[in-house]
Amino acid sequence: MAKEKVRMSVNGREIEALVEPRTLLIHFLREELNLTGAHIGCDTSHCGACTVDLDGKSVKSCTMFALQVDGAGITTIEGMAHADGSLSALQEGFRMEHGLQCGFCTPGMIMRAHRLLKENPDPSEEEIRFGISGNLCRCTGYQNIVKAIQYAAAKLRGAPQKEAAE
Amino acid sequence: MIPGSFSYHRPKSVAEATGLLAQYADNARVLAGGQSLIPMMKLRLAAPDHLIDLAQLAELKGIERKGATLHVGAMTTQHELIASALVAETAPIMREASLLVADPQVRYVGTLGGNLANGDPGNDMPAIMLCLDATYRVLSRDGERTVKARDFYKGTYATALGEHEILTAVEIPIPPAGHGFAYEKLKRKIGDYATAAAGVLLTAKGGTITSCAIALSNLGDTALYAETAGAAVVGSSLEPAALAKAREAARAIMAPAADTRGPVEYRTYVGGVMVERALKRAWTRAKN
Repeated sequence: MAKEKVRMSVNGREIEALVEPRTLLIHFLREELNLTGAHIGCDTSHCGACTVDLDGKSVKSCTMFALQVDGAGITTIEGMAHADGSLSALQEGFRMEHGLQCGFCTPGMIMRAHRLLKENPDPSEEEIRFGISGNLCRCTGYQNIVKAIQYAAAKLRGAPQKEAAE
Repeated sequence: MIPGSFSYHRPKSVAEATGLLAQYADNARVLAGGQSLIPMMKLRLAAPDHLIDLAQLAELKGIERKGATLHVGAMTTQHELIASALVAETAPIMREASLLVADPQVRYVGTLGGNLANGDPGNDMPAIMLCLDATYRVLSRDGERTVKARDFYKGTYATALGEHEILTAVEIPIPPAGHGFAYEKLKRKIGDYATAAAGVLLTAKGGTITSCAIALSNLGDTALYAETAGAAVVGSSLEPAALAKAREAARAIMAPAADTRGPVEYRTYVGGVMVERALKRAWTRAKN
């Protein structure tokens, strides 16, 4: 099948590429752009490890063709840290609250939590749990993930933070 | 998993979309949100030669009140339904059910039209349209026609939609102010299809039920409109006898598949429980 042109902005970088129509967004990100932060977990639209932010929506990049996002802006986990390399509030929260064990689900969890906090800067625990219900963690359960998101929400609202234990 | 090869089309107008669909006939599929179709293509259970993406068609989007009717474009996402103050005010059962569809990521992308036209008995929104007595607007190159939701579903993945036709919008008669509603869905985990689910829409006056529509999800080859069950509670105040009559009338039309969600007997049993719960909750909400 002939390749078609696709344009998108990924983490602020303008991309133009030729893709086969059947190329999934996750494969384009990982294999063409070498952005391997978004993971392929279940590959069946259940686990959320492939979640990226697409023009203000959290989407599962394994369930979308690259051509569908033509003209759109995408943020992946690689685009989350600040320009000086310091961690974003969510990344810091996952570190401080031990919100990960093996780390496989983490990029998707953070990208989903990023959009959740944009829409609801002060979510209750229940709202966080409902908001991340499209993301599966198989290591730890969700307690510390919820705490990590609460940490980031508080930090983004300007509430005082605990000190990092180096 | 990688889908089979296909040609991708992104029409700029509805006329162009219906033209493409007529041209490629049974080798083409329409792409709405893709949250059901793309997984099917990855499993190679669907392998269209042509994919016609409706994403550019602004006229298929949006929620609008037109007199006593709520008009919802087929490409309106579940997320947009949930966020709509107009939906919450006029047809809150749509919001309640949308919140139970899949998960947040799927709801940002998945559309009402896709959910309705797919013909999967596990989809939640068809039962809601059966409750609301919605009408579907359907377009092909040859013109437009309308189909009642209650006449639309023919079998699993079989609907009244012809292969050249696109579902463009849904017209919902706005239920009277003070109506009662509920959608009760039993599922194994959040995001799952229903093990059994029931929607209820009712009106009441002077302490008795004056009208009642009941519909069921994932309890047969299609979403089911339980007409006899709804009629069983009209004129009652939902006394135990009327409730039991409705529950058993609904169970009588259930024919669920035995699958990983449970055997036929179990799903029929809990299907009755969902009907009972939805009726009770709708009754509590109804203003006499």
